[in-house]
Amino acid sequence: MAADNLPSVFDVIILGTGLSESVIAAACSRVGQRVLHVDRRSYYAGNWASFTFNGLLSWIEEYKQAGPSDEAAQEKVEEGEEALALSSLDTSITNVEVFCYASEEPEEVEEGVKDGAAAAWSVPQTPDSEGEVERCLLESSSVEEEEAVLAGDEVAQASGPDAGAEETQPEGEVPPQAYETQGEWQDEQQASPSPAESQPEPKKQITYTKIVKEGRRFNIDLVSKLMYSRGSLVDLLIKSNVSRYAEFKNVTRILTYRNGKVEQVPCSRADVFGSKQLTVVEKRMLMKFLTFCLDFEQHPEEYQDFSVHSFWDFLLTKKLTENLRHFILHSIAMVTPDVCTVEGLRATQHFLRCLGRYGNTPFLFPLYGLGEIPQCFCRMCAVFGGIYCLRQSVRCLVLDKESGKCKAVIDSNGQRISCSHFVVEDGYIGLDQRKNVDSRQISRAVLITDRSILPSDSEQQISLVTVPPVEPGSPVVRMVELCSSTMTCMPGTYLVHLTCSSSGSAREDLAPVVSRLFCIPVSPGEESKEGEEGSEVPSVLWALYFNMRDTSAVDRSSYDLPSNVHVCTSPDAALGSDHAIKLAEAVFRQLLPEEEFCPPAPNPEDIIYDGEGPQGEGPGFEEADPAEALPSQGEVESAERQEEAEDAGETGDVAKQETVAVAENEPRPASEE
Amino acid sequence: MHGRVKLKSTAQQEEEKRKEREKKLKIYVTARDAVFAKRKNGMLDDEALLLTQQLLSSNPDVATLWNYRREILLHLETIREEVDVQKMYEDELSFLESCLKVNPKSYGSWHHRGWVSARLPRPDWTRELGLCDRCLSLDDRNFHCWDYRRMVVKMSGVPVDQELQFTDRLIGSNFSNYSSWHYRSTLLPLLHPESPEPPSPCHQTHHSPPTSPQSHSHRVCEEQLLKEYELVQNAFFTDPNDQSAWFYYRWLLGRAEREEMISCVFVSREEERVAVAFSRPVNVSSSGLMLVLDGQPQRVEWRSVHPSFKHSPVCICELPPGTISDITNEHNLTVHWTEKHTHRDCALYTGRSVSWCRDSATDQELFRSELSVEKTSVLQSELQSCNQLLELEPQNKWCLLTIILLMRALDPLGYERETLSHFQTLKEVDPMRGAYYGDLCSKFMIENTILKMEYAEVRVFSLSDKNLTTLCHLDQLLLVTHINLSSNQLLRLPPQFAMLQCLEVLEADNNAIENLEGLYHLPKLEDVSLKNNKLSRLSDLQPLASCPKLTRLDLRRNPVTQLVNIESELAELLPSVTDLLL
Repeated sequence: MAADNLPSVFDVIILGTGLSESVIAAACSRVGQRVLHVDRRSYYAGNWASFTFNGLLSWIEEYKQAGPSDEAAQEKVEEGEEALALSSLDTSITNVEVFCYASEEPEEVEEGVKDGAAAAWSVPQTPDSEGEVERCLLESSSVEEEEAVLAGDEVAQASGPDAGAEETQPEGEVPPQAYETQGEWQDEQQASPSPAESQPEPKKQITYTKIVKEGRRFNIDLVSKLMYSRGSLVDLLIKSNVSRYAEFKNVTRILTYRNGKVEQVPCSRADVFGSKQLTVVEKRMLMKFLTFCLDFEQHPEEYQDFSVHSFWDFLLTKKLTENLRHFILHSIAMVTPDVCTVEGLRATQHFLRCLGRYGNTPFLFPLYGLGEIPQCFCRMCAVFGGIYCLRQSVRCLVLDKESGKCKAVIDSNGQRISCSHFVVEDGYIGLDQRKNVDSRQISRAVLITDRSILPSDSEQQISLVTVPPVEPGSPVVRMVELCSSTMTCMPGTYLVHLTCSSSGSAREDLAPVVSRLFCIPVSPGEESKEGEEGSEVPSVLWALYFNMRDTSAVDRSSYDLPSNVHVCTSPDAALGSDHAIKLAEAVFRQLLPEEEFCPPAPNPEDIIYDGEGPQGEGPGFEEADPAEALPSQGEVESAERQEEAEDAGETGDVAKQETVAVAENEPRPASEE
Repeated sequence: MHGRVKLKSTAQQEEEKRKEREKKLKIYVTARDAVFAKRKNGMLDDEALLLTQQLLSSNPDVATLWNYRREILLHLETIREEVDVQKMYEDELSFLESCLKVNPKSYGSWHHRGWVSARLPRPDWTRELGLCDRCLSLDDRNFHCWDYRRMVVKMSGVPVDQELQFTDRLIGSNFSNYSSWHYRSTLLPLLHPESPEPPSPCHQTHHSPPTSPQSHSHRVCEEQLLKEYELVQNAFFTDPNDQSAWFYYRWLLGRAEREEMISCVFVSREEERVAVAFSRPVNVSSSGLMLVLDGQPQRVEWRSVHPSFKHSPVCICELPPGTISDITNEHNLTVHWTEKHTHRDCALYTGRSVSWCRDSATDQELFRSELSVEKTSVLQSELQSCNQLLELEPQNKWCLLTIILLMRALDPLGYERETLSHFQTLKEVDPMRGAYYGDLCSKFMIENTILKMEYAEVRVFSLSDKNLTTLCHLDQLLLVTHINLSSNQLLRLPPQFAMLQCLEVLEADNNAIENLEGLYHLPKLEDVSLKNNKLSRLSDLQPLASCPKLTRLDLRRNPVTQLVNIESELAELLPSVTDLLL
């Protein structure tokens, strides 16, 4: 590896490739800062990552194994300096439990499953000592999965130390591009229903072997979030032109669990109009209330008297039926009954403002999973010269005794690299540097199921399901059901993410909801039972539970760190990513108060290349794009790819092909022009 | 430094763009000139096709180029094999698709597409429907696409039920769409026609021909109608401010077509004149009116009541002098409306100076024609729904207006007071349309007064102090002898006023009348009171001179009385007036 070739001076060194870190990297690089972006993991995006099925299995394995203990190696530092060691352990993931309910095909037993019983194989937690339960294999030498890398790391290959690793595809792996094209072809097949596809013979059983075999079709998010159409993430993607690196689909419906049934929540005008469950009077009341919320600030007389009361009390006075109150509180405002009126109104307003920008619901979901988003920002960073190294960490910081500032870091290879700022993901901070370790937890479950929670005309629905406490005192659970056209699961299956703020272990928190909404087969491969209403309840084929540490509420002052070391907290439990984006912007403002945060990336034709004067002649439209003449400049976008995320929603597949084409253009020699 | 990006300045970019534009313009102009030259020389070849294609793809809105292109295609069609023609037109279609991407609302492109599709030897209508659906999903109000789609549907014979489902889909995704609702209104009568009703007994069926297909073509069977009411209610409860649903609702509630008939025949011995009222305005010269007196067809000249009308619901004719003047004779008249195969008889008995024969306006249909005669229970439940909505939205004008219409359909007199109060609210919440509501309210008040008059079986029409802004239904007042319109807001007595052929006394004090056009050849008018109006010129009074029996005229508190010599001028203008008040 060429790690020792790294330049020894950077403006900003960033450790961790989660969303906040990646946005900071892109923002710094964009305004000309020299950025080194490293991550000790073998994949991008940290706890924001998305994995193929097999990748996820490896991830689970990682958290099962105990890593090397934290050795406090004596670092060589100069006089007037001291070393501040970082943690090499990741303790953010706990209580990992896996259950497989899909049947085995006898000849495929070597998939690592011993017995065919209900809990085919679970990973029971070793509850010896808290904080030490899960260890991450730092710098694992055996790289099993590489799917999570994005096109942008071709730059990393060119300049980073990992150049070799990426080029040799592991055996038997389909090259990512070929795989993607195949995915599209599949998608089109579904779009035009050929009789064979649309009417599969009496519900083909999906076996565990099949899931493993088709594992590449999965992109399973560690954190489950959606993008508010007018949230800070979407705004940033558009403003910075990073949206061109990804594609999005609209969440197609909002569902809720009520009176033992899953129902659709009417939230847009078209939904309300089409709703069969509401009476016409309810329709009017709902529309009237929502219209009021849209500009509630203009009508203070309506809610002033309730400023000290809860939102729920306010709803009670609004002549809304019980039906409507449920929809508004749980599925539109998505708040707890006790939040204050103004907060509830604001949440409703945000939801409504996002509605209709790209479709019938306020949310977008990135194709291939949420893990794409941090990678897109990394790509942007790389385009503007940022250097990337995966499986590379920072052992310790070098502090200047006098100023107390971090002046350099020593990387995992022992190289000393100077920097003016150091940005680090929370998970790398050792216990010693935390004054207050009172962090919250997120409970997560990932299910692979065999049918949708609410079957409809289209099999390709992306649903957000809000599940109010199933019993008094149990948590509010948020569920996202993804269909195969989101490129996150294999055709014939649905990927279901459950999230809530933890009160116990993930399984304790979420299993009650899972058992109510899904059928958990007693024996593997058992046909799903009939639901109470006679409708078929989806069967769980495979389930994963884990807890993730949520440090989003931890204040910067809780860390005992130099002033030029900036901490990025882990993903929060909220539905949107606003916290991570606001944090990134705040850190960027501290780093570079004078600079603009993520200004739009220029169009390729506006870039002046070295040795080239201003292009006074102006290229005619028939002439070759100058970008093609200079591929060594790193990423150059073709001029056509300027659509905003807006277009991406509609013309997803076409756009993806273009993205692939951009990556392919890369190695074209200059002589071809 | 590695990777640092240098950017062109704004000035540089502008300059580049300007140059690029210039270059583009030069190419464009050159190509255009070349094309025009070729067309002048009558060259219809592939090169011209290519050139026009280049021009049109950057600007698809040049009609001349499309025309030229059609000339070329028509020519090539004659010299090519059918296979090649098919290919040629298919290429044309895909070229057009790219033009539509440039401007999805280009008149030229859509028209040309229609033309090409019609000439294509083996058209692929499914593909065309798909294209329309795609276009409409991007902009569901693109009327070019709607037009083209109608043509495609017609040519390919898409089943009506499928089209209805198509409107379901469009309305489901966005119900603020007149095109979809309107399309629905054309499809429903085809798919769910109203079952032919047995003719109602109150009509003299013998003079009405078998119902023409048109008269029922707009109606929908009741079962489907109820479903439609439900659908449209969902829309206007969801968004009561959206007009499209309300308009559709108005259509559903229907506009019953009045039977075409002669509603009244009036004959007067003294003037030896016959006046005939029809259910709709007729053209006096061409609708084949014929008068039969005692079995003898008469040669009479029909005319409308006022020279400004070619069409009029009231026509009059003079009988030859002496035919009916003898009061001791009894006469039987029959007026034939040959165009509509209908007629009406009228007997003039001995000793009577006038006679008439007519249908009473109290026959329900007359003023409920705004809404069809649906079952009362249906209308009643619709009224309930609307009242429910009004409770939630007391300011909603569409709801108020619809309620008024429903009330009128159900019981115009019974709901009169509520109707008036709703009109008041309407004028307050929608002052921009105050005049419209005023006129509409006047119309309803006149209708109510006519009904009351009919029930009382009198020939006196009195409607004072009711804020009337306009006069209508004057054809219904053919037999009225006394009319009182005092203390309203009338600006004029319109030409239609001349239909009051029996009018003897007119009171219209305290209005703002400045024009008396309608007091034209009223044979029996004797007494006119126009106190406190806006009559200001002598010429405004000119029409009065045509009323032979006018003896009393009250013009007090009109500007015209301030004119010098007014008295003598009037004496000259109106010699018959003996009682003039100024």
